Formats: sequence, C-alpha cells, structure tokens
Amino acid sequence: MKRIGNPWVLAGMLAGIVLLPKGVDSQTPRTAALAAFDTIQTVLQHPRCQNCHIPGNAPLQLDAGLVHTQNVQRGPAGKGAPGLPCSTCHGVTNPPASYGPNTPPGAPNWSLPSPEHKMVFIGLSKADLCATIKDPKRNGNRNLAALLEHVSHDKLVLWGWDPGVGRAPVSVPHDAFVASFKTWMAGGAPCPAGGEAKSARLR
Amino acid sequence: MKLSVNGKEHDVSVSDDMPLLWVLRDVLGLTGTKFGCGMAQCGACTVLVDGQPVRSCVRPAAAVEGRAVTTIEGLSLQGDHPVQRAWAEVDVVQCGYCQSGQILAAAALLQAKPKPSDADVDAALSGNLCRCGTYQRIRSAVHRAAELMEG
Ligand code: FES
Ligand code: FES
Repeated sequence: MKRIGNPWVLAGMLAGIVLLPKGVDSQTPRTAALAAFDTIQTVLQHPRCQNCHIPGNAPLQLDAGLVHTQNVQRGPAGKGAPGLPCSTCHGVTNPPASYGPNTPPGAPNWSLPSPEHKMVFIGLSKADLCATIKDPKRNGNRNLAALLEHVSHDKLVLWGWDPGVGRAPVSVPHDAFVASFKTWMAGGAPCPAGGEAKSARLR
Repeated sequence: MKLSVNGKEHDVSVSDDMPLLWVLRDVLGLTGTKFGCGMAQCGACTVLVDGQPVRSCVRPAAAVEGRAVTTIEGLSLQGDHPVQRAWAEVDVVQCGYCQSGQILAAAALLQAKPKPSDADVDAALSGNLCRCGTYQRIRSAVHRAAELMEG
C-alpha cells in the first residue's frame, strides 16, 4: 500500500494553507497560528526539551523527567558546576550505539539555558509558555526570526529528534514543528488569551 | 589514531568506537585510571582532556585525538601536585579504587574555582562515588589543597 505521507507534516501544511478549496471554511491566519501553537507546545513540553528548561538549578533526565543524578547543577553559565561541566559526561555526539542504552547522550554545546535566561518550559500553561518564548528578556534576547533559526538549526535542539539509544525522540517530527512555527509567525505569533494576566495575579 | 597522553604522543591502532579508558588501560598500560561502571555513573575513570574532566569510559578515544589527555600518572612528575599532597596529608584514601578519579576531579574543580565552598565541592564531586565512604576526608583535602595552591 502506498503511504500518503506523515500525518503531522500534512497537518502542519494544512494549518499553513490560508486558501482552502471552495466549500471549506478558511481559517484566518490568526486562527491557524493559534492552532499551530498547540504543536509548538507539544514539542517544547516534551521531555527532550523541557528536561533542561526548568525553573530550578537541577536538570531532569530520561523520559520520566527524574532529577538528574550526581547532584548535577545548572552552574553560572548553564554549562554545569565549576569542576563538573556537562561535558564531563556529555560529548558533542551521542556515544556509539555499542555503548548501550545507559550512557549519556551528547550534542554540541550540551548545556542548560543560562541562569539569567532560564526559558522555563516545564509546567507552564499554553498562554504562559507562549509569553515566555516571545519575551526577549526571558528568551536570550531573541526576536521571532532568531527563534525560528534556533528551532530550525541549533544542533542541541535537533538532538531532540535523534536522542540516541533508550530515549524517546520528540513526538512531533522536526519538519512539522518548523512548519507550525512558521504558521504561528505568519499569523502574527499570537498567544492564547489569559496567560500573563493569570500569572500576574499569581505573583 | 594519534593520542597525546601525559605529554607523550602515541600512535594506536584501535577500533573507532573504543572508549578512551580501554585504550589507556589495555593498550597503553596506564592502569591508574579505573573502571567502575562503564556508563558515566561513578567517576572512577575520570581523566583530564585539555584540563577539563572527562569520564573516559563513555568517550571514544577518537573524540580526543589532537587533545591533551592527563591521567593520574601524569598529573605531576613526582606525585606532588597540591591535590596529591593534600590527599596524603589528610590520609584520604581507604581502598583507593575511586581515588584517581577523585583526585583528577578535585584538580579540575580547583582549576575552575581556586577557593571552593563545601557546596562547590559537593556540586563538583558528587559524580565521583566512593564505596569506602571517604567523602568527609575528600572534602577536607580539597580545602587543604586550595591552601597549598595558594602557597
Ligand atoms: S567507569 Fe566511567 S564513570 Fe564509572
Ligand atoms: S577509597 Fe575505596 S572506593 Fe573510594
């Protein structure tokens, strides 16, 4: 049987199409963008991404998001504690498959966000997550174009789709994620209502 | 594959995925670096690569070609690196199995942070397990080494 293609890619493409065939309600770019943000949230809150996008100083590990063993810390630059940099165990590539499932994965610049720009993803509502990634004060001074570049090409981001033996890759294919990101941007990168006001109340 | 270990160049012929630890111990005969777990869980295999700590059991030797590897045998010529002197003074060692890793990890910590607090020692050395439980003496010896390095 012929495969009709990856459903996530198709969904991403459909979300990006503004002109739909006659008789089908067309989505406004804004509606499409809000729908696309659902996909973005699924990716950012996958363990491969959110395990290091944390509010505290101890990264998480594995699909279950357990606190990283060995008292591993974010450190002053996000690269681990002085004397125990992430690179002690994490190389610039995953180890060879022959090393088995319990060895540390690797990618260039293995690190957490810096303490100044923690870019917390974990536990946030859709609206708060959206506000966080758009805020240059919290996202490492990135505008939307820089964010798109980051999610499209950063090698540490891409590792989420090639995480080595024994770890689930991000559940949405990377091309569908990037397509959703573009759809979200094309619709003005809107955020679902309610987030910041709610978190302001909580503060 | 060309490796630089303790200032000496070696040309070794090993498979591409052989871990550095295997090359050090089995090919070069440098058995001071120990095998504990083989999966970056214990720290016994810690060496320095360009001065930074590395678990040699999970790093392919091919990944450190052209870089300077230091093992316990090469930390100092006479065993008199301040960390080694402090270790002897405080009499840290019990069975010794974990201690090459502990000493190299401590040297890396003091390089990064010459006056570490207890919390700094805990953060840097928690990945180095000691089944004999010499942790308190390790902590004291790191502080003593910091004093010795200050001169
Ligand atoms: S043998 Fe390398 S960390 Fe245990
Ligand atoms: S001294 Fe025995 S394991 Fe540490």
